[in-house]
Amino acid sequence: MLIIGEKINSSIPSVAAAIGNMDRPTIQKLALDQVKAGAGVIDVNAGAFLEREVELLTWLVKAVQEVTDVPLCIDSPSPAALEAALAVVNKKAIINSISAEKERYSSVIPLIKQYKSSIIALCMDDQGIPATTEKRIEIAHSLTDHLLADGVSLEDIYLDVMVQPIGTDNESGRIALDTVSAIRAEIPGVHITCGLSNVSYGLPKRRLLNQAFAVALAACGMDVMFIDPLDEKMVALLCAINALTGCDEYCCDYLTSYRAGTLV
Amino acid sequence: MEKLMEEIRVAIWDHDAKKVKELVERAVAENVDIVTIVNEGLVSGMNRIGEKFKSNEVFIPEVLVSARAMAAGMAVIKPMLVKAGIKEKGTFVIGTVKDDMHDIGKNLVIMMFEGAGYKVVDLGINVSTEKFVQAVGEHNPDVIGLAALLTTTMTNMKETTAAIKAKYPDAKIIVGGAPVTQRFADQIGADAYASDGAVAVEKANLIISA
Repeated sequence: MLIIGEKINSSIPSVAAAIGNMDRPTIQKLALDQVKAGAGVIDVNAGAFLEREVELLTWLVKAVQEVTDVPLCIDSPSPAALEAALAVVNKKAIINSISAEKERYSSVIPLIKQYKSSIIALCMDDQGIPATTEKRIEIAHSLTDHLLADGVSLEDIYLDVMVQPIGTDNESGRIALDTVSAIRAEIPGVHITCGLSNVSYGLPKRRLLNQAFAVALAACGMDVMFIDPLDEKMVALLCAINALTGCDEYCCDYLTSYRAGTLV
Repeated sequence: MEKLMEEIRVAIWDHDAKKVKELVERAVAENVDIVTIVNEGLVSGMNRIGEKFKSNEVFIPEVLVSARAMAAGMAVIKPMLVKAGIKEKGTFVIGTVKDDMHDIGKNLVIMMFEGAGYKVVDLGINVSTEKFVQAVGEHNPDVIGLAALLTTTMTNMKETTAAIKAKYPDAKIIVGGAPVTQRFADQIGADAYASDGAVAVEKANLIISA
């Protein structure tokens, strides 16, 4: 189970303020806190800044790299911002993201090749976010095939199943879970992830929904989770489901967490 | 009549589509003016939901179900507008801009325009600039509405507005959505900014009568 810390994201108002002000101490503390809580990768996003995105995403990469060796997930819809940030990254990063949309695919694939990055691959195409499980699986296969053909290794591919809020379509959770199960069975060895907290958008007690969903996704075979690592309950639940699904030999991590007092 | 309007508002609050339909039919049978039914019954009922939504007492699924109840009422009204020979006020083309999937607010705006007597062409969500321009050519609308719910998709409004005006200089564009502001509308050259559906209809009416 790989935890990607999602907190350094400009769509969070308090974090956006810190990014906009280039508040190094705040951002670095956020990075370190997430790593301490178990994040194996730190996501960085300055997408809300539009014109300043290139400048601020580059700054974020440098600021976080100063205090931690953990790999970064460079989160941006703009190839220009991705390129600027990748140029200053000091170890292999995950690019967030590519998709089956023609223009997006062709503008991001050169970056993957140049920097030999891993890639989050969104299961959507020029027709938008698929409405069904079947369409998602279809895109997952074709996107994986294209990436492999372009020289990307299977273990560098992180398929994102495109989670939508249950508040607007109450089948959304079921669709995501079924997609994960199918991909796990049909494309062994690929990584699977999603924008987990999208599922609870617009509903009260979001943490509760996100935690339940994370456990369900893990049980279906998701192995990479974008979460708030500072949500102790979430981290404890992921540790538990990891052990429960046979991914924790001799329950080693579980017992280590127990002794560290993190099983809340 | 006021009591009946209040009953419609309550039925929308209770997201009871069946009851809204019955009450609107009753109001029509009692010769209540259609515009009154729409504004004081249906729109007013949705506005209450909207306020509670803004204050986080009511949540998105509940807004959706109430919107469906309102739509049930509108379904009764629409054929009456046609039957009464009420000439369409104008044509309104609306869509949510590229990369944006939000449509609840847009759909409420559509209902208000229909209630106000406009013919509405709904381009849906994630609408490219090309598709907007093509729709303007095809439908020759009096007013065009662009909706965006994200700061990251708002920028597509700039591109779409410029492209429409380049090909159709007389086109009139209203923009709206949570992150949109009057200042943004001015910056991108839109003709108006609407903070909600009711304001959008008012501004469209002004544009048409100008």
